[in-house]
Amino acid sequence: MRHVLLPHPVLTPVLAVVWLLLVNSLSPGQILLGLLLGWAIPVFTLRFWPEQVTIHKPMTLLRFLGVVLYDILVANITVARLILAGRKHVSPAFVTVPLALRSDLGISLLANTVSLTPGTVSAWLSPDRTRLVVHGLRVDDPDALIAQIKRRYEAPLKEVFEPC
Amino acid sequence: MLEVVLSLLIIIGAVFTFIGSLGLARLGDFYTRLHGPTKATTLGVGSLLIASVLYFSTRGEGLSLHEILVTLFLFITAPVSAHLLSKAALHLRVRSLATPPRDAGDPEGGRPARDRVEESR
Repeated sequence: MRHVLLPHPVLTPVLAVVWLLLVNSLSPGQILLGLLLGWAIPVFTLRFWPEQVTIHKPMTLLRFLGVVLYDILVANITVARLILAGRKHVSPAFVTVPLALRSDLGISLLANTVSLTPGTVSAWLSPDRTRLVVHGLRVDDPDALIAQIKRRYEAPLKEVFEPC
Repeated sequence: MLEVVLSLLIIIGAVFTFIGSLGLARLGDFYTRLHGPTKATTLGVGSLLIASVLYFSTRGEGLSLHEILVTLFLFITAPVSAHLLSKAALHLRVRSLATPPRDAGDPEGGRPARDRVEESR
């Protein structure tokens, strides 16, 4: 059964931290206000968040964040080099990634990650949410790209948000 | 020493932001142009923000960390806008260097392309 008073236990501390960063202070009053907002906002916006979010393996999530940050760094350098090299070195292609993720949050996180990482932008999600169309800036081997996205990003997200 | 680090970070940031915008002019079609602003700029803005954190934290007024929020919002919004732009482009069948999958951009998905053409006549 859903908890009515605390519908999103994960969201409350996140919102409190965001509030503390916004006001840029750590005084007890602001911490209390942050916690109050972190409790009130999820309660009043419950209808926009129909799915309960639970994080099953925090360590996997942390490792995933590390991998993604590293990939963002690499992605920036690769894309910058491709832009400087000019359009002759670019071989764009669309690839279709079959999705194993089912939850809204999982799919949105995967799509966001794909857009932030090496030479790929998520372009389109099929209405039945089974395929994600990804546009790659330089695709030499579409199958390897699909395998990489599935192994590197989708597998940890599935472990964290939808273990079965 | 600190000033050297700060200047380096700001220069790196400016260079990457510039390359990101340069991508808009240099690349061939709508979809490839989308890559420049979504990626090169994240590192550019990122290093500018690190410079900002360092500068304001070392001025003796305590730690300044609300730049982290700018990064967070950027990482959330940049991919979403890129996704929406490319979704709209697929829907409008914008000219592309790569061939998009046949049903991509169709709000109903999975219907044969043949029907769609007949309908639009």
